[in-house]
Amino acid sequence: MFTLTQEEWTAIQLSLWIASIATVVAAPLGIAIAWLLARKKFWGKALLDGVVHLPLVLPPVVTGYLLLISFGRRGPIGAFLYETFGIVFSFRWTGAALACGVMGFPLMVRAMRLSIEAIDRKLEAAASTLGASPLRIFFTVTLPLALPGVIAGMVLCFAKALGEFGATITFVSNIPGETQTISAAIYSYTNVPGGDAAAGRLVLVAIVLSLAALIISEWFSRRAGMRYHGE
Amino acid sequence: MLRVDVEKRLGDFSLSADFAAERGITALYGPSGSGKTSVVNMIAGLVTPDRGIITLDGVALFDSTQRVNVPPHKRGIGYVFQDGRLFPHMNVRANLDYGRRMSGKPVDDARFKNVIGLLGIDHLLDRRPGSLSGGERQRIAIGRALLMQPRLLLLDEPLASLDTARKAEIIPYLERLRDEFALPMIYVSHSPEEIRRLATRVVRLDNGRAEGVSDILALPTVTL
Repeated sequence: MFTLTQEEWTAIQLSLWIASIATVVAAPLGIAIAWLLARKKFWGKALLDGVVHLPLVLPPVVTGYLLLISFGRRGPIGAFLYETFGIVFSFRWTGAALACGVMGFPLMVRAMRLSIEAIDRKLEAAASTLGASPLRIFFTVTLPLALPGVIAGMVLCFAKALGEFGATITFVSNIPGETQTISAAIYSYTNVPGGDAAAGRLVLVAIVLSLAALIISEWFSRRAGMRYHGE
Repeated sequence: MLRVDVEKRLGDFSLSADFAAERGITALYGPSGSGKTSVVNMIAGLVTPDRGIITLDGVALFDSTQRVNVPPHKRGIGYVFQDGRLFPHMNVRANLDYGRRMSGKPVDDARFKNVIGLLGIDHLLDRRPGSLSGGERQRIAIGRALLMQPRLLLLDEPLASLDTARKAEIIPYLERLRDEFALPMIYVSHSPEEIRRLATRVVRLDNGRAEGVSDILALPTVTL
């Protein structure tokens, strides 16, 4: 029988929660940066592009360590957020969500940027002659046409966040019920004698969740094609 | 009345246009590459002239000496593009209604029915642009521009992407438009045949220069 223990359930629920929060919070920022990179020319664009993509190429431990020294309780950003808003990241699930969001961010921005670049700008010009301000053009033409790519990007970020390990464990450690995600739980189980069965079950869950995310992402990309060619 | 007197450098090509347009159809006529589309884009506000003025009913839309440049969405000028440019993610009804929604005008059912009746597109309202023929798409593009209740309508070679049969299908609609709406129109074309049938007056554009207004009868006779 395939039954999960309470501890395993907690890790799965926590993973889904952390990945969801990371994705939802990162999405608006992702759309804004994808739009900037796709549409605007500005000083420092190459630098911004590089910084966004950095977590993709840096060792995750390095990203986690950088988060620890900047967003930790005594880090410059962490101290500021704690003193002004009472937000704590270190050794909390919020920190895990931050680490997952940062790691998933480049994948999300890439997908969103590509879908914004694929939009025919002549349609936006047509919208402007019909009386739409730049902001309304964005919400009635640009965003709806980019939506399949935006959702695909969110799904990719979610999938990445779900599997994130290195940056999370470096930044917020591996605390059951607080920061122990599926990946961290698997890592713990493989380190204790007799933990193989539990690790195996969580591995299965991880495979199913990742596969589902890929299928959903693929489905949205195919919808993007249909949108343009009518039905 | 529309008054245009502008100059614009486009690469190694310099464009200068000086003409006025009133009620009826003013044709902008000239060979390909003579800058006709650039002129209508400047009127619409999609391209900024280097120098000059554009006024509509006495109000400046562009004036380089006064630093006036009204953005396209505040000009109230309808534009029918050569390639239609219908929004692929909206059905025909939403496309037609877009201009009214964006300008915040109240729903005007009588006008809507009048326009879709005139253009013969009543049966297409729930379709997506992707499933329509080129001629149907162009009629909807004309309807969309009309329904924003423009002060001026620009048509940039609206028939150029269509075959002869489709052209013949749309020309009568344009004639009705000219005769039933008190709306000045600028009609860009390089086809003397179209201009003969539609234009009230003709502005010739040659080597990037448009000067005054010429007689329709002076057009060369070419049959399609």
